[in-house]
Amino acid sequence: MRNVGIVGIGHIKFGKLEFELVDIMAWTALEAMKDAGIENGIDQVFVSNMGGGIINRQCGIASALVSNLNLEPAMAELVENGPASGSSAVKLGYMAIASGLANVVLVTGGETMRSLNGWQATDFVATLLHPEAEYNYGLTLPAFAGMFTRLYMEKYGLTEQHLAMISVKNHDNAALNPFAHVRLPVTLEAIYGNPDANVINPYMAEPLRIYDMCPVSDGAASLILCNMDIANRFRKKPIRIAGIGQATDTHCVHNRKDPLELTAVKGASEKAYKMAGIGPKEISFAELHDAFSILEVAESEEIGLFERGKAKNAIELGETRVTGRIPINSSGGLKAKGHPVGATGVSQIHELVKQLRREAEPGRQVKEPNYGLAINFGGHAEEN
Amino acid sequence: MIIDELEKRLRPVEKKLPPYPPKVITLASGEKMVVRQATRDDGPVLLETVRPLIDVERDFYDVVAARVYSELLGWYRYRVADEYCLVGTIDGVIASLVNGRTVNETTGMSYHTITIKRGLRCGAQMFAAKMEYHFEYLKQKEVLIVAESPIGYKRWMIEYQLEARPQVQHELGGVPTHVLTEPLYQAAKPRLVTGQRPVSPQLLATADEFIAPSEYPQIPGFKR
Repeated sequence: MRNVGIVGIGHIKFGKLEFELVDIMAWTALEAMKDAGIENGIDQVFVSNMGGGIINRQCGIASALVSNLNLEPAMAELVENGPASGSSAVKLGYMAIASGLANVVLVTGGETMRSLNGWQATDFVATLLHPEAEYNYGLTLPAFAGMFTRLYMEKYGLTEQHLAMISVKNHDNAALNPFAHVRLPVTLEAIYGNPDANVINPYMAEPLRIYDMCPVSDGAASLILCNMDIANRFRKKPIRIAGIGQATDTHCVHNRKDPLELTAVKGASEKAYKMAGIGPKEISFAELHDAFSILEVAESEEIGLFERGKAKNAIELGETRVTGRIPINSSGGLKAKGHPVGATGVSQIHELVKQLRREAEPGRQVKEPNYGLAINFGGHAEEN
Repeated sequence: MIIDELEKRLRPVEKKLPPYPPKVITLASGEKMVVRQATRDDGPVLLETVRPLIDVERDFYDVVAARVYSELLGWYRYRVADEYCLVGTIDGVIASLVNGRTVNETTGMSYHTITIKRGLRCGAQMFAAKMEYHFEYLKQKEVLIVAESPIGYKRWMIEYQLEARPQVQHELGGVPTHVLTEPLYQAAKPRLVTGQRPVSPQLLATADEFIAPSEYPQIPGFKR
């Protein structure tokens, strides 16, 4: 297999955007091409998006993006894999180059969700659950996350205060990230244990509160991937994709042996570590899929950054802050940077590249970044 | 003298509304938002605060700001009866304000909620304070409410599960009327109404004189 690197990145500020889906994708693609120093020469385009057909009533988005950018006759496909669509598109881009099918690939992820209200957005994402065994009974992703959190708390002694500390950390990071949806720092005193906290930070899916949940966002991000053999043709030094892995778990959560085990997360990370020839100890920082704050905790343990049940100790010690031993979600995470589902996986890699290039904004640049790891999570860990 | 006499006839007959006791709410940012009732003397600074938003199309700020401006001006110049205005301030700077009036002893009329500081649910807290005023201090049985923006619809109609009463004409005219009844208010109160009393004298002093915002997130580049 050929080695693959990332030589261009583009990102739009997440939030409420008053532009068409393909237009925001195109904007980030142009930013990525500019970053790479190219105007054409793209062999393949992969577009990640989850809700184009449902929310925007638009299909054939990849071809539309190619046309918008005048990149014809580049090959183009849409990748829909729930909220893990972004990383799936990156994986396919990697495969296309590694296999020799393409030399330069544009990967763009995008989603516009703000036209929906919170309930509609929750329903839209819930369409990835099992239609008869889960969705029909009113189950949603926040409901699963709430039940997961309760079980985790009972087994490992995690508290709501730990979750609030994650939220505070991620809001602090997002406040320094110009692409973040929510750039407002919050304080632990205000969202936890304060007499006003039950209203300021109300339960949404007990024990998860509103500050444990990601916002509904519009947004897009793009990457230019290339064959490492031709990387010197581009403006920026390439960031090599050392390892990449994917795994799935049972569609129905009730079919899992232990609902607290995210075996797809574990499996995907083990494959990535093996390909890269490294282990968790070599990881300098990570972008984890914290659609709910509990997922940052659980994923950080599944990928071996902490022993099972011990992530809470790291939270208490501040080890996951940007200044800590193993920074997590220096971008602000889904929690505060935002979660336009189809864009999220691409946005996570954008952050890894930015950190590894040492181009992050002052105050959120990770010290000595050597290896970054991203986990993009679909459904209740059906796809990773 | 004739002008004075005419003015007297033009002015609505007003009753003295019970005061809304100030409260303080700790926002998620840790900032303390003091909520206190405005007086007519505060009129100019309130108008100065709202006026720049009249040109902001996004999120229907233009519609809401134009209406609030007119309502506050009408109140300031004695053309609306029994109107009140509650103001939320952070370090004295106006973050959000709400207004309304009483129709009679049992029925209140919610006018508007307008928020300058976004992202901290200041508007939601101020709307809750307005409902608190109607039910806890004016002792009314129901409040007539309309929404003129999607944000308002989500915040009020959905979060409070308001009763639709389209056959009732709201003073804002035409937009479907919804009603917050006392039972609905009591059901929503633990979830949606907060704030601590009394406010310390030092904190309350910060809200003695309202300060118009020098910047508006809705108007990039605006400087007062």
